[in-house]
Amino acid sequence: MGILEVKDLVLAFNGKPILDNLNIDFWEGHIHAVVGPNGAGKSTLAATIMGLSGYTDIGGDILFAGESIKGLSLDRRAQMGITLAWQEPARFEGLTIRNFIRASAQDKSAENLKVVLREVGLEPEEYLNRAVDKTLSGGERKKVELASILAMKPKIAFLDEPDSGIDIESIERIFEAVKILKSGGTTVILITHSLAVLNQAEHAFLICSGKIVDKGPVEKIRKYFENKCIPCGHKNVPVQEIGGPV
Amino acid sequence: MKPPTDLMTDLYKFTDSDPHNLQDPDAAHLVIHHNQVLGMHAVPGLSVNVKELADGVDVKVVLDDGAVIRKPVHLCFGMYPETGVQRIIMDVAIGKNAVIALMAHCIFPFAVDVQHLMDANIRIGDGARYSYFERHVHSPKGGVKVYPKAIVEVGKKAYFKTEFELIKGRVGLIDLDYETSCDAAGVVDMTARISGRADDVIKIRETAHLKGEYARGVLTSKIAVRENARAEVYNKLTATAAFARGHVDCKEIVQDNGVATATPIVEVRHPKAHVTHEAAIGSVDSKQLETLMSRGLSEDAAVELIINGLLS
Repeated sequence: MGILEVKDLVLAFNGKPILDNLNIDFWEGHIHAVVGPNGAGKSTLAATIMGLSGYTDIGGDILFAGESIKGLSLDRRAQMGITLAWQEPARFEGLTIRNFIRASAQDKSAENLKVVLREVGLEPEEYLNRAVDKTLSGGERKKVELASILAMKPKIAFLDEPDSGIDIESIERIFEAVKILKSGGTTVILITHSLAVLNQAEHAFLICSGKIVDKGPVEKIRKYFENKCIPCGHKNVPVQEIGGPV
Repeated sequence: MKPPTDLMTDLYKFTDSDPHNLQDPDAAHLVIHHNQVLGMHAVPGLSVNVKELADGVDVKVVLDDGAVIRKPVHLCFGMYPETGVQRIIMDVAIGKNAVIALMAHCIFPFAVDVQHLMDANIRIGDGARYSYFERHVHSPKGGVKVYPKAIVEVGKKAYFKTEFELIKGRVGLIDLDYETSCDAAGVVDMTARISGRADDVIKIRETAHLKGEYARGVLTSKIAVRENARAEVYNKLTATAAFARGHVDCKEIVQDNGVATATPIVEVRHPKAHVTHEAAIGSVDSKQLETLMSRGLSEDAAVELIINGLLS
């Protein structure tokens, strides 16, 4: 039994199914990847499990540690230990990085705030008093958001496209931070269509048209990337098994 | 009635400032309770004369040409009684190339029906720098009516910066009216940060006239209204000389039944002048809110953090 179980999840917008009787289990303490083409439903799955506004009118169920969280509010789910890092993090005019991270931190000490910033490759002296606003690049905001999640020490962290906007030099630091999360007991779920991110995971799920169409070790799912994934309206199997790319 | 020194210390406790400022011989200060001078200290180059009136004080501040006051001057105006009127008349003359920064606290911790009227006339000489930070500490009952009015003349290459902050306690009523005129290559930078709730009323009228070439001006208002509070912001910036540059920026967050209006007025009377404006009024951004809630903050705590950030 996984720490997070999604059972027959259905979500539709304007009558169009985005998540279509989707079933998935995430194992505690592992790094998972949910991969698939654009529009497959990856980010929608994370938003639905998190309980974001507009993603709560669902069919099926979501179980966290065996208990349904379907009717719980976003903040209640977060207080239970589920969190999400956005693909495009929010900007906060005037809110300092110090106060942003401290708001979610279990350990609110000044020293801990410095530790988590360094873990994502940001120098505390340079960043703690800056605002989480437009003066930060997209990549810097991604790092600040990841630092806030490190400080939160959640049980489950969805990281939506954790490498987007991150420069080549910093990407390894981000991957190190993912490992730090795991070593602290967090179940990490990477939402991605990047092979480099997929390679950080231990298990992967392939999603297409709102369904999980394959799952297993990363080596197995990687084949879809290497051969360009065929959307599941067709045949969702590794390309070489159906005779090469189309 | 307590002795003046005890009253002064008590009043100063409501500020976030170090009370030792009042013992620092190198730092000037002026502490007024209602119409009574509780403490006053000047430093070389700066003269402060105070005349006690029936309902307040008449203060004359003169800074000599070229005088540089290295430590901030601490001003503290307040009233302990629940009711009454405090009228402050200020006449400030800053000499050429002089430099001064003032930290003012206006403290009405127990007000039920108090009026605080400030009527200031400020002249900043050519090349001088004048910074004025004013923080209000009000009672939680909202029984304060504040009417700060100022007419400011900024000389050539002079610098005028003012920040008005009222983010703790209830506003009550504030009706702020500042009008500045700025000579060639002078700078005007005015900011108001106010948080209203319950039935607070906030009115802001800030005007800057950029009269000289290369004069620059920024008018910034950051307002939050919650519950049944109301805010009206009128920011006016005029530019009548070549290469004058200015910007008006108003941001207002509205929660609950709050009502906010913003009227930025920009007027340009020279083809080589340039003035811009930006006004944004709305609820707390949903993505900001959901980001903080996904870290475990309640909706109320998240809103508070977002508003405090905006007003910081």
